[in-house]
Amino acid sequence: MTCREFIDFLDDYVDGALPIAQRHFFDEHLAGCLDCQTYLESYKRTVRLGKLALADGDGPVPADVPESLVRAILAARRGHR
Amino acid sequence: MGASRVYPQSSEPADADLLALLRAGDASAFEALVREHTPRLLAVAQRFLVNEADAQDAVQDAFVCAFRGLAGFDGQCKLGTWLHAIAVRACLMKLRTRRRRPETPIEELLPQFHADGHRVQPGPAWGESIDQVIQRQESRELVRRCIDELPDSYRTVLLLRDIEELSTDETAKLLGTNTGVVKTRLHRARQALRTLLDPYFGTPSTAGREGDAA
Repeated sequence: MTCREFIDFLDDYVDGALPIAQRHFFDEHLAGCLDCQTYLESYKRTVRLGKLALADGDGPVPADVPESLVRAILAARRGHR
Repeated sequence: MGASRVYPQSSEPADADLLALLRAGDASAFEALVREHTPRLLAVAQRFLVNEADAQDAVQDAFVCAFRGLAGFDGQCKLGTWLHAIAVRACLMKLRTRRRRPETPIEELLPQFHADGHRVQPGPAWGESIDQVIQRQESRELVRRCIDELPDSYRTVLLLRDIEELSTDETAKLLGTNTGVVKTRLHRARQALRTLLDPYFGTPSTAGREGDAA
């Protein structure tokens, strides 16, 4: 197995979606490849960073919503009644 | 709307009272609804659309859609959850119809390989723990900006799968595509985001430091 093949199927590997027979080859490659160990770790961190940066309650909720937007929404309601 | 996200099974009393007023056509109830939910819906729309004017348009479209659909709202979830789902669909509609913005081709952000299958220029290990990194506001903003840089079709899948926590099937149905495309785009989006973050987190001494995020 090459690094390209490992990375091509990394999502299935991380998600545990690989059949056991295939997973054996991935485990074997990973055990002997420092580059892929590094890539795998940073890939998993990327997914977690994305989730944490945009998690509900922590996402950038605008403090001040433009009054023009609120007015436009309410006007649109009146227009569609 | 997510498969794994936990939502309350019934609306709260405050929602029930507000809903009754909305269905009665109470103007002040509509204004209260809009003022309460617009900030979070705008934040959702900004994630999907990046462009502020487009995000505002999508929020307005979502509310108009919600006002029309109030009679059909069954109260099985919170009003906010219902509005969130409508806003996501409004964003996807906006993405389909707006002019494409200039963006970096995804291929430039994917790992490159030599003919023998080994990576070209494998990067350094990421030094800091996620917990250390994410505690810093500038790091969170940096991650958000990098997500914003992803091409629309990839950022959308990343948001639906990793942030909205929809299943691959649900995402495919919303986007009118198949599960294979969703899986491929998600994997590429994660790889591209990793590439964009690599310069900041790949070296411990520079991870998320102030000024780098600018």
